[in-house]
Amino acid sequence: MAEDVKPRVRVPGKATAGEAITIKTLISHAMESGQRKNGDGNLIPRSIINRFTCAFNGATVIDVTLEPAISTNPYFEFQAIVPETGTFEFTWYDDDGDVYTDTQNITVS
Amino acid sequence: MKLTRRHTLMMAFGSAVAALLPVRAFAALEDDIAAFTGGANVGSEGITLIAPEIAENGNTVPIEVIAPGATAIIVFASGNPVPAVATFNFGPLAASQSAVTRIRLAGTQDVVAIARMPDGTFVQTSQEVKVTIGGCGG
Repeated sequence: MAEDVKPRVRVPGKATAGEAITIKTLISHAMESGQRKNGDGNLIPRSIINRFTCAFNGATVIDVTLEPAISTNPYFEFQAIVPETGTFEFTWYDDDGDVYTDTQNITVS
Repeated sequence: MKLTRRHTLMMAFGSAVAALLPVRAFAALEDDIAAFTGGANVGSEGITLIAPEIAENGNTVPIEVIAPGATAIIVFASGNPVPAVATFNFGPLAASQSAVTRIRLAGTQDVVAIARMPDGTFVQTSQEVKVTIGGCGG
């Protein structure tokens, strides 16, 4: 159902080994809470992203469970350690079964 | 208006329901906290919750939770229809056990954050956020 869902991720292009880097993620999503009513007074069914994960070369950085109280266009900012050159994988899980992914490469010098 | 027996009964019923509602919301939060902590005692040191004192728009309230060393942090909004907000589980590559996000608040209320430490203990903090315009539709 969800249209125009576009993940946006900001990761530094390079880092030194073991450095803590800040990652910012944003995904466009209405995050319909299931509490709102439409013009006819009927409840609009819940439709949210219920889980977000970030992993680096397969090792988990953060795994977030989202509830309807997360704002429209869920935004997360967190810190990760990069031991070596590799790829960050970001995954968002939608209530309707869709999975949105993004990857970012980082070079460790 | 004449005060009939029916009116009196209806009013009594209405006030009883009104009195029950906040208690029920509070109980939901207690249940959610117990589900996370397993009923363990909850300390107060070692967790920080950064939230604005006054939020003009309850639809997007920026918050930050920091709990050095924690394995997981859970956030509740005590006054929302559904108190749970988010659970952050930190993996081995998390550089700091902290996260920033934006949440919805239905009105002025306490935001509660609880962290689970690796040794199985829990720490909790809370902060009141005054909300000018609530963010749960209606």
